[in-house]
Amino acid sequence: MVVLTDTSRVDRGSAGDGSAAVEVRGLTKRFGALTAVNDVTFDVAHGSIFAFLGPNGAGKSTTINMLCTLAAPSAGRAKVGGYDVVAQARMVRRHIGLVFQEQTLDDQLTAEENLRFHAVLYGVPTGQIEQRIARVMELVALTERRKDLVSTYSGGMARRLEIARGMLHTPSVLFLDEPTVGLDPQTRALIWEDIHRLRREEGVTIFLTTHYMDEAENAERIAIIDHGEIIALDTPDALKASVGSDTVALETADDGAALAALRAAGYRVEPTRSGLISYVNEAEAAVGPLVARAGVPVRLVRAHRPTLDDVFLHYTGREIREQHNEGGQLPMFARMHGAHRR
Amino acid sequence: MTTTTWPRPDGGTPAPVQQRGGAVAELRVVGMVWERELIRYVRTRTRILSGLIQPVLFLFVLGYGMSGLVGTVGGFNFHQFVYPGVVAMSVVMTAMFSALSIVWDREFGFLREMLVAPVGRSTLVLGKMFGGATVAVMQGTIMLVLAPLVGIHLSVALVVQMVLLELLMAVAMTTFGVFIASRISKMESFQVVMQMLLMPMLFLSGALFPLSGLPAWLAFVTRLNPLTYAIAPFRQVIFDAQHMSAVARSHFSTTVTWFGWTLPIWLEVVMVMCFAAVFFVAAVRGLSRTE
Repeated sequence: MVVLTDTSRVDRGSAGDGSAAVEVRGLTKRFGALTAVNDVTFDVAHGSIFAFLGPNGAGKSTTINMLCTLAAPSAGRAKVGGYDVVAQARMVRRHIGLVFQEQTLDDQLTAEENLRFHAVLYGVPTGQIEQRIARVMELVALTERRKDLVSTYSGGMARRLEIARGMLHTPSVLFLDEPTVGLDPQTRALIWEDIHRLRREEGVTIFLTTHYMDEAENAERIAIIDHGEIIALDTPDALKASVGSDTVALETADDGAALAALRAAGYRVEPTRSGLISYVNEAEAAVGPLVARAGVPVRLVRAHRPTLDDVFLHYTGREIREQHNEGGQLPMFARMHGAHRR
Repeated sequence: MTTTTWPRPDGGTPAPVQQRGGAVAELRVVGMVWERELIRYVRTRTRILSGLIQPVLFLFVLGYGMSGLVGTVGGFNFHQFVYPGVVAMSVVMTAMFSALSIVWDREFGFLREMLVAPVGRSTLVLGKMFGGATVAVMQGTIMLVLAPLVGIHLSVALVVQMVLLELLMAVAMTTFGVFIASRISKMESFQVVMQMLLMPMLFLSGALFPLSGLPAWLAFVTRLNPLTYAIAPFRQVIFDAQHMSAVARSHFSTTVTWFGWTLPIWLEVVMVMCFAAVFFVAAVRGLSRTE
């Protein structure tokens, strides 16, 4: 059964009254013996940014595919924009914008031609097409490139054009499946500016999946999904607060002995893949006592305020590995993990 | 039809677009898919050229080679006989390979953009069908400039008839191509399968030589080939406009027979339409399978 840590928004009694942009109740997807998504329940409020955070293969894309009517649920139900994803699939499709992980533009057409094609496909009235194209191109700051062939676009520009296209028919929910994957940090920042602008100026609800912790921080609410189940669901701040205010990471000559010694001393310590993590109130002040009480030589100490990495680690007992390959948030870890990869 | 009515967080957001549905909207989509095929055709000049070279090769090289063998019968030579077949060949090849864009779209993701849109699969197939067919007819019409070179006389009435029959065979063969493409996900496999189908279909259609002299089993196979019914009326309307001698007319036969009974043109046309309808249903089904 799914345990929801969020109590402020989810109200199971309100199912079906159309109060949320996305309502999901007990959604399940099985592929033969494998359960990709298991009994997932959550709501997404209108005009909010909602992030699905989890490692690759956790069930994020499968969930998004069910919400976008591209996959049929094995059990449970979901409403998007007030429409049932099974019974009213076509109405759902009209009211959502979709940006897939893989590019879906025709690069032999110009940006404008791609957008016009989409506008007709989604039944935008002829008189409004020009105006909407100009508007969405402006939203992603590509106005000067609108007459250029998409084949001349960089990966980041193409992705932003796809976001613009997703907004063309004024959807009520915009689904973004890993919108920044494979892009450089500068482009990722630009895309986030675009997303915030869309939300602010067009009032659209944003539903996105990501395995980048730092990007999930942009969301108002985050659902952490692992092995097909939602294991935590709340605001970023509340999630961080739920794992303790500060942490100290330790690597010692004998982690087992240090774990026992620190636990005996009354510290809350958990083993991780690479060492130990201790949950404390004041990280800097706790470093001295922790090293002293570990009882074995300490190789590495790192004190930090909690991040979503810690939240993920807390709830899953694992780190999202991809983050460490490129994030640079944990320099020591990154260097150590990176070393045997090169 | 419907509109989004939920409250936006701030009052200043633009009004949502009122999306249109229904038959008119679906027709606009057919038009848009058609337009995209044309834009892509015009932008890839190599395709126009390659669609010309092979038929021209057949017309002149095969034409000269065979003329020596067949000779002139009643003032009519093999060049003139093979010309309608070669024009048809250029239409058929362009039509079938226009479906390549579906495989291409699948590989580059654009097919997904179309399949998730709130439109019917049959609408998309119709658009592809008319797009591919239009391109194929344009290609076939370019071939008309070669007619005087091989001694085929064209009149306005004949050109109109030819274009209509080209359109019919182009529609049927584009739909056939879309059907094949809907079931194949790799570009290489599509090319191979198309080559494998195209050559036997062309050789067993009467495009390049008369069907009258074939052994019974081979004659039977030609009657199962949709191209047989598309090419016979095409050649017939061209020959009817050439004032051929009776000797030549009987030597270069243009008719299709079923157990000795000669099919009228209208029945041949109906046969092609039936093939097109079957391919259409199969193509829509094939695409529905994808997502």
